[in-house]
Amino acid sequence: MSKRRVVVTGLGSINPLGNNVPDTWDNLCKGVSGIDKITAFDTSELPVTFAGEVKNFDANEYMGKQHARKLDRSGHLSIYATEEALKDAGLEAKERLGSNVGIVLGTGIGGIGATEGGVRAYDERGPSRVNPMTITQLMPNSSTGQVAIKYGIEGPSLTITTACAASANAIGEAKRIIENGIVDTVVAGGTESGTTPMTMAAFAQIKALSTNNDSPQEASRPFDKYRDGFVMGEGSTMMVLESEESAKSRDANIYGYLVGYGSSTDAFHITAPSEGGIGSSRAMDASFKDASLNPEAINYINAHGTSTKINDATETTAIKRSFGSTAENVAISSTKSMVGHLLGGAGAFESMVCLMAIKDGVIPPTINLDSPDEECDLNYTPNNSIEKDISYAMTNSFGFGGHNAVLIFSRD
Amino acid sequence: MEVNEVFEKVKGLFVEELGIDADKVTMEAKLEEDLEIDSLGIVEVVMAFEDEFSIEIDDEELTDVGTVGQAVNLLHSKL
Repeated sequence: MSKRRVVVTGLGSINPLGNNVPDTWDNLCKGVSGIDKITAFDTSELPVTFAGEVKNFDANEYMGKQHARKLDRSGHLSIYATEEALKDAGLEAKERLGSNVGIVLGTGIGGIGATEGGVRAYDERGPSRVNPMTITQLMPNSSTGQVAIKYGIEGPSLTITTACAASANAIGEAKRIIENGIVDTVVAGGTESGTTPMTMAAFAQIKALSTNNDSPQEASRPFDKYRDGFVMGEGSTMMVLESEESAKSRDANIYGYLVGYGSSTDAFHITAPSEGGIGSSRAMDASFKDASLNPEAINYINAHGTSTKINDATETTAIKRSFGSTAENVAISSTKSMVGHLLGGAGAFESMVCLMAIKDGVIPPTINLDSPDEECDLNYTPNNSIEKDISYAMTNSFGFGGHNAVLIFSRD
Repeated sequence: MEVNEVFEKVKGLFVEELGIDADKVTMEAKLEEDLEIDSLGIVEVVMAFEDEFSIEIDDEELTDVGTVGQAVNLLHSKL
């Protein structure tokens, strides 16, 4: 039995560059940075004082305090992005989406802000003062459950926690659910809000973060010689995936097709990528196989491109390993240069970028790429977006733990 | 403290802490049905009462509390 084709019919996003997809896309194409000084809490004792925060979003105002107090910020963002995606797909009118709709949501660290708040209350005021909502906010599947409750999603549900590959894995697993005929529609994506004091401190302790406190907007510089770490970002991006028949039967707008999903594991080191990018290359190869494509078909790669020394050099090697001589021809960019690293929300955000790039024929740039690095010698679309007809776009996502997930989207 | 004063403080907590509409909070209002406070919310409410009135409330004392008025009377008796 041949597998059913999977299309994307709705996109929603809230992130450091915008509280909807059109604004976000416009800023990405202009090369705007969404990074700035952290406003959510006092950073005076932290070695890193900047991040990509979501702006102009008050959860109490958006969903009412009675509902908002039940969710961590990562949950608030996921509800918002899902609402946007469902509206975009023309599905918002349904009171309950029902049992033919599933949800797969990725997050790296779930309700980490609630965890931190709970521990703070315990230490400062004792066990009887811990907020009773703490558990239901901190559990990584909190957003999945809350989105399902809000929209009456009664089909299969999964929460994927493969660190920074989480939402790419989520979208890939959603593809499998649809192509195997389990349900017709899956709401998939990811959310993260790790711009919290302890989390920033902990990432800084392992020297993963850029310390360019003087120039936050220039701190995320993937593939640049003077890159010094990633920039924390927060946000949620959700999308509506459907079988092609389901979308066409209701005359839905189709952004593109999800044609390839490859995943692999480094089984090497808990943070460092495997030498020579063997693990991530294996995921790219698997995505080609899933899509029945040769590498030369790919017109654009939205790279993992975190702006850490080791990732960007290793990813470059991995792309060469999988693409062979065609690696030099493919246009690559890292939009993390503008929004920072959304961790578990990154793969979904970057899938959105791929779909918009296909739709508009524009590749957003890698900003702050001023000084070439001999270890990073491919075409990373430095500093200015380019117009290009794109039939196939790929996005890479690699996570701590050695998890690799690669997705390929197509126009037809 | 008069019962009426306790009620006003309780009403303030429901509105400020839990985001419930002020006009829904009457002495007769049922916590679960009218104010939509679930089992987790009840724990939150009790914590807010304990902080506001500097008292401790045991679980057993809550078994007969189903309305705002019953909560107000319990609090009044403990002050």
